[in-house]
Amino acid sequence: MIAIQNYLVISVLLFSIGLAVAVTKRNAILILMGIELMLNAVNWNLVAFSQYDPNRLQGQMFALFIMVVAAAEVTVALAIILKIYDYFKNLDLDKINSLKK
Amino acid sequence: MLDELLKNLDYWLIKQITFWAFAAITVSGALYLLFTKNVLYAAFSLLLTLLGVAGLFVFAGADFLAVSQIMIYVGGILILMIFGIMLTNNKNFQRTNLQPNKIEVGHHNYFWAILVTVLVFLGFLKIIFEANFHIIGKQIHNNSSVRQIGINLMTDYIFAFEVIGIFLLAALIGAVYIAKKEKN
Repeated sequence: MIAIQNYLVISVLLFSIGLAVAVTKRNAILILMGIELMLNAVNWNLVAFSQYDPNRLQGQMFALFIMVVAAAEVTVALAIILKIYDYFKNLDLDKINSLKK
Repeated sequence: MLDELLKNLDYWLIKQITFWAFAAITVSGALYLLFTKNVLYAAFSLLLTLLGVAGLFVFAGADFLAVSQIMIYVGGILILMIFGIMLTNNKNFQRTNLQPNKIEVGHHNYFWAILVTVLVFLGFLKIIFEANFHIIGKQIHNNSSVRQIGINLMTDYIFAFEVIGIFLLAALIGAVYIAKKEKN
């Protein structure tokens, strides 16, 4: 048996790395990747606690719904990113700083 | 020879080794994603991380979630992101550069980001190791969780299930509508 703390430490590590990716990267798609990493870490946390609840599996259900919401979020975000690229010809977030030219 | 070796290996030890191997794959993929400058390599390291997380889900008794992780994240989201990367790279850069698929982007405010991240990490670690978890339920065993998830989705979570179906449909239609080319 693997103690619950091991699961939680890996989850926290993944969350911190995701946060660092989302803050340091300059490309919008890479920031999305950082957000995905953070969502995965949270999912992993829920699933880790859900293994002590085998009759109802509430954590796993929650994680399943988070996955669907993440999929929807990424599709809409990528559509917006494609429009931004059409307008600015650039995805560097330091240079995309005006609503309208 | 191999049989004897397998007999001597402890079940517990194998489980530990596999768990930490998957954990190492996950964390190293994430670290590479953090430090690389090449966007495509970042996407592939995200693939490694997602597969590692899917493997770790199995250890927590979530076999259905592990399969859906592979199908949704690796088969859907990651492919979508690679499409996004390839549709948005700079054409001038591609024509003039000798390595056209080497798309690089830099980092910014490295110092503050690493500082904040390390502080968040240490804070969470302190909370985890100081918390006193009283685990009440029994741990999950070898039986599959698919049956229970199916029953849950059709009884307790039926409303959330229907709502999220409509939500996903709305998001997909909205994404297609946003991304379509405008005719001037």
